[in-house]
Amino acid sequence: MSSPAYLPRESFGALFDALRAEGYRCIGPTVREGAIVYEPIEAVDELPRAVRDEQAPGRYRLTHDGHTRYFAWANGPQALKPRVFAPREVLWRARRGTDGALGFEAAAPEAEPLAVLGVRACDLAALALQDRHFLDGVADPAYAARRGQLFLIAVHCTHPAETCFCASTGDGPRAETGFDMALSELDEGFLVEAASARAEAVMQRLPLTDASDEQHRRAADEVDAAARAQHRALPSRDLRGVLFDNLEHPRWQEVAARCLSCGNCTSVCPTCFCNNQQEQGTLELAASEHVREWDSCFSAQHSYIHGIVIRTDTRARYRQWLTHKLGGWHDQFGRSGCVGCGRCITWCPVGIDITEEAAAIAGGEGR
Amino acid sequence: MIGTRVPAEAEVVERVQESPDIVTLRLRLCDPALHQGFEFAPGQFNMLYLYGVGEVPISIVSDPTDSHLFDHTIRAVGRVTRPLSALHAGARLGVRGPFGRGWPLEAARGRDVLIATGGIGCAPVVSVIHYVMRRREQFGRVVIMQGVKHSSDMIWRSQYEAWAREPDTQVLLAADEAGPAWPWSVGQITALLGEAHLVAERTTAMMCGPEGMMIAVLKELRGRGMADEDIWLTMERSMKCAIGECGHCQLGPHFLCRQGPVFDAAEIGHLLGVRGL
Repeated sequence: MSSPAYLPRESFGALFDALRAEGYRCIGPTVREGAIVYEPIEAVDELPRAVRDEQAPGRYRLTHDGHTRYFAWANGPQALKPRVFAPREVLWRARRGTDGALGFEAAAPEAEPLAVLGVRACDLAALALQDRHFLDGVADPAYAARRGQLFLIAVHCTHPAETCFCASTGDGPRAETGFDMALSELDEGFLVEAASARAEAVMQRLPLTDASDEQHRRAADEVDAAARAQHRALPSRDLRGVLFDNLEHPRWQEVAARCLSCGNCTSVCPTCFCNNQQEQGTLELAASEHVREWDSCFSAQHSYIHGIVIRTDTRARYRQWLTHKLGGWHDQFGRSGCVGCGRCITWCPVGIDITEEAAAIAGGEGR
Repeated sequence: MIGTRVPAEAEVVERVQESPDIVTLRLRLCDPALHQGFEFAPGQFNMLYLYGVGEVPISIVSDPTDSHLFDHTIRAVGRVTRPLSALHAGARLGVRGPFGRGWPLEAARGRDVLIATGGIGCAPVVSVIHYVMRRREQFGRVVIMQGVKHSSDMIWRSQYEAWAREPDTQVLLAADEAGPAWPWSVGQITALLGEAHLVAERTTAMMCGPEGMMIAVLKELRGRGMADEDIWLTMERSMKCAIGECGHCQLGPHFLCRQGPVFDAAEIGHLLGVRGL
């Protein structure tokens, strides 16, 4: 840890100036339409000051009280995923000449240096998984371009939501890796750690003073308390065997009777990577674009093949989602696809709880 | 490899109508250097792109050593395959590939080979039959089984009849329903397995077809003492990207486009017949 490391609250605006001076546009948490979203922000007063989030199955509400903190909440519906895996983008274009000849050109990825402020440990873990999916092997050029421009400023989580269970998946609440810079928020200000040369450059521009041992201890205690405050848990970090051994478990039908197959869970999940690809005509008739967009295994077309839909009912679709997320990921990526952010629980319109469903299938203790 | 992410232009050199709804398109890549460098293994597939309509995964059915052209046999069933199979000689399309793991032809060398197919399932496997018959001396006995719903669905019938005349080669064909002049069997191909006189420990089986047919044949082969590691199947799921990114082709933990589409029964057998998987 570099020293000095303490940034008083009244000097926090200097971080925005430092990021600008280093050439980054800043993306950070702000309140829009009753939720915390990660959008371009330029100053401290756009941060969610004195805001808390109340989350429960099927419920998300922001409340305001007298505290002075900017990061006293858990998360919002999205964070890093849309910044790297674009919800919709053109992959390549085909042009047809008057003689019928075809030409193909890859879309040129556009990316600018982006600093993301307020990244949670769960979202860093999810980003590491998306990196493996889109960058290992033949890297996706658009993802790679955007990923390479990200400067990540984590804020250790001190206010988990009721739906959070990152302690049980091993992904939080402390951000251990995958960031450039990490902040601990205390009432009086911030402790700052740098984990990259780029972060050292930003830190050089901050009016830092020495942090006391007592401050470091208090920051660590708050994160430890955040882990203890979580009462939801997955029954195990590896449910691969038990899920694939129970493909005909009656619980699949039971959850299907509640599930609306709306795909909210897959939209808010920071690790879900399924995407659909289709053609889109352009106004000039001689060109057609090949477009990729987020897809959901809860849609009928996800399993469509030559006139047949393989997963015709919600039972099969929910089973696909859960067996993939908590089972198939172990084969594909060496770990579960769940980072414990709890978004799928909060944003499910009927409040289906992944920890409860996993426990019901696994026969162990959930929640 | 032509391209993993962006197609290359290809030309339809010849179009062969195999049956009322099945055609073979014989293709050449428009860039001669690209065409020269295009290599594939039997059982691999390409993504074929029809301008403005979309891409579909289609097996390559020609022999890997025929560098002149490469062939795709297509059944007109969907939004892309219908207009794709209507293309005529001279038309242009896009090709990405080849993708996937093909048939275990190295492992099968020196052994007896059973090839069992159903319906259009014969298309991805006929490339294997051609491959084996051209290199006949490298393999033991060859048994070719093909089942169709109706005898009129039988494409490449004269080809099967020609193979039946080859030494040490047995051809067993069956139709659920037979029209006139059908000299072969009526019923399921599983009923013919007894006639194949397989020697379990020196046979490699390869099959393709509807899942129900593959489950039935797998059960029969296991009953005859064959090991799961010697029984190979090719699977089908929706595919959008062919490089393991879109998530559509998953069957259990497998990405069919990358780890398959050809699997042995030890890898995939337990996932067969699970409705909606």
